[in-house]
Amino acid sequence: MKILVAVKRVIDYNAKVRVKADNSNVDLSNTKMAINPFCEIAVEEAIRLKEAGSAQEVVAVSVGPKACQEQIRAALALGADRGIQVETDDNLESLNVAKLLAQVVRDEQPDLIIMGKQAIDSDNNQTGQMLSALLNMPQGTFASEINLQEGEVQVIREIDGGLQTLGLTLPAIITTDLRLNEPRYASLPNIMKAKRKPLAVVTPETLGVELKQHSKLLKVTPPAERSAGILVSSVDELIEKLKNQAKVI
Amino acid sequence: MAILIIAEHDNCTLKGATLNTVTAAAQMGQDLHLLVAGSNCQNVADEAASVEGISKVLLADNSVYAHHLAENTAQLISQLGTAYSHILAPATSNGKNILPRVAALLDVGQISDITAVESADTFQRPIYAGNAIATLQSLDNIKVITVRGTAFEAASTGNDAPIENVDLQIESNLSSFVSEEIAQSDRPELTAAKVVISGGRGMGNSENFTLLEQVADKLGGAVGASRAAVDAGFVPNDIQVGQTGKIVAPDLYIAVGISGAIQHLAGMKDSKIIVAINKDEEAPIFSVADYGLVADLFEAVPELEQKL
Repeated sequence: MKILVAVKRVIDYNAKVRVKADNSNVDLSNTKMAINPFCEIAVEEAIRLKEAGSAQEVVAVSVGPKACQEQIRAALALGADRGIQVETDDNLESLNVAKLLAQVVRDEQPDLIIMGKQAIDSDNNQTGQMLSALLNMPQGTFASEINLQEGEVQVIREIDGGLQTLGLTLPAIITTDLRLNEPRYASLPNIMKAKRKPLAVVTPETLGVELKQHSKLLKVTPPAERSAGILVSSVDELIEKLKNQAKVI
Repeated sequence: MAILIIAEHDNCTLKGATLNTVTAAAQMGQDLHLLVAGSNCQNVADEAASVEGISKVLLADNSVYAHHLAENTAQLISQLGTAYSHILAPATSNGKNILPRVAALLDVGQISDITAVESADTFQRPIYAGNAIATLQSLDNIKVITVRGTAFEAASTGNDAPIENVDLQIESNLSSFVSEEIAQSDRPELTAAKVVISGGRGMGNSENFTLLEQVADKLGGAVGASRAAVDAGFVPNDIQVGQTGKIVAPDLYIAVGISGAIQHLAGMKDSKIIVAINKDEEAPIFSVADYGLVADLFEAVPELEQKL
């Protein structure tokens, strides 16, 4: 079995987000960047399937500028076998990313595609589902457990109020939720080894994918600030304030 | 052109998130159709017909839609959707699962989790865990949108809209339902509760969440948790409040033993009143709390429960 994992370069989840003064976008200059946490979970799951003998090859793909090769190398250091960068300097919408990934899938013919349920920058939660539609494949979104069986994969999904188990035919697309696994740290020897693993670069043009703009970003503003209130000294005072001042109990 | 709204339901009752989505839709256009896709769900259709502002309910009652499998339901919605200017669903786990698939089938983009409607094609949505608000204009002829329920009032009921049957049976055979485990609780749904009390890593273990449940029961509220508490295995993920979990905006939010990482604040900072109980007075949660109590939660929470 061959597994394709998609990884996205995003702001580090601990870094502070600043909105540009002209409200055109957020300011990411000199900001620490990292692999999207949900994508990291996807890489980890693929590697575990390989370690368990269920998969033979793990391919990591990323769509983005040259700098996203860092995130592909990070996935290779965790244990992926080779990388593919779809090079573009444009900040692409989910549907366009899905169209590029769909072409990579057609070329690579993986049996399973694992990706994060959402990226922590745009918070869209769309690409996996869109890719599934474009390829007419089943989707197992928000996965907290994956079990490979003969000819199908069972996915336990995090849904409102509990868990749902679905059976999907292969090839299938799975998007990860946070309880699926806890990603490992790359060891120094593996980081060194990752530098020598193959990384192919393709472009939207070489993939033959036509991209279209679906929305226009008009402005980006900071959210309404919430100011700190008061400290109370006791539970009694808290109850008194909630009853008489805030009137919420 | 009319607007198609996807009803959230469990084949028995219409879920509240649908009503908030109807309010958002009413800010984009006049003619609102509500689609109930499910199995043995006539009751839901009857409830849907009572929602104010709805001009027609579409009922696709067929066993292939029983478990809201994305492959079947998205195909149904995309076939119906070509006749509409907008397709809206609540940003619930179901809406998030199905609607992007609909958008791709229609070759249009999706605007996720909107919190304000500026015009029929321009919307606001939070990005970067709510640390920035983007204003986006859709350029597509069919606008596919998920709606953050807490950002819109619920539509009222009392209407009597006609119900029209949809005879489309779509079965992909790509996915099949195996089982479902839904937590049974007498407490209100987390995203709809007027009061939410959440615990973080400071709770120490899962047994201690009983302390919060007791307060929740006194106040008729729901229990939530931070990602740290979920990661530590104290509680299931479906009660996680935050950027990647549930978004809540109750009248009263009580954060217990929660430090206040931005990922958590993203899920609760629109609450009307925020209370923080934490023994670390430097915890960032105090910077957004209306009332802060610096105390050991294992003393303060039982005392709170007793005195309420």
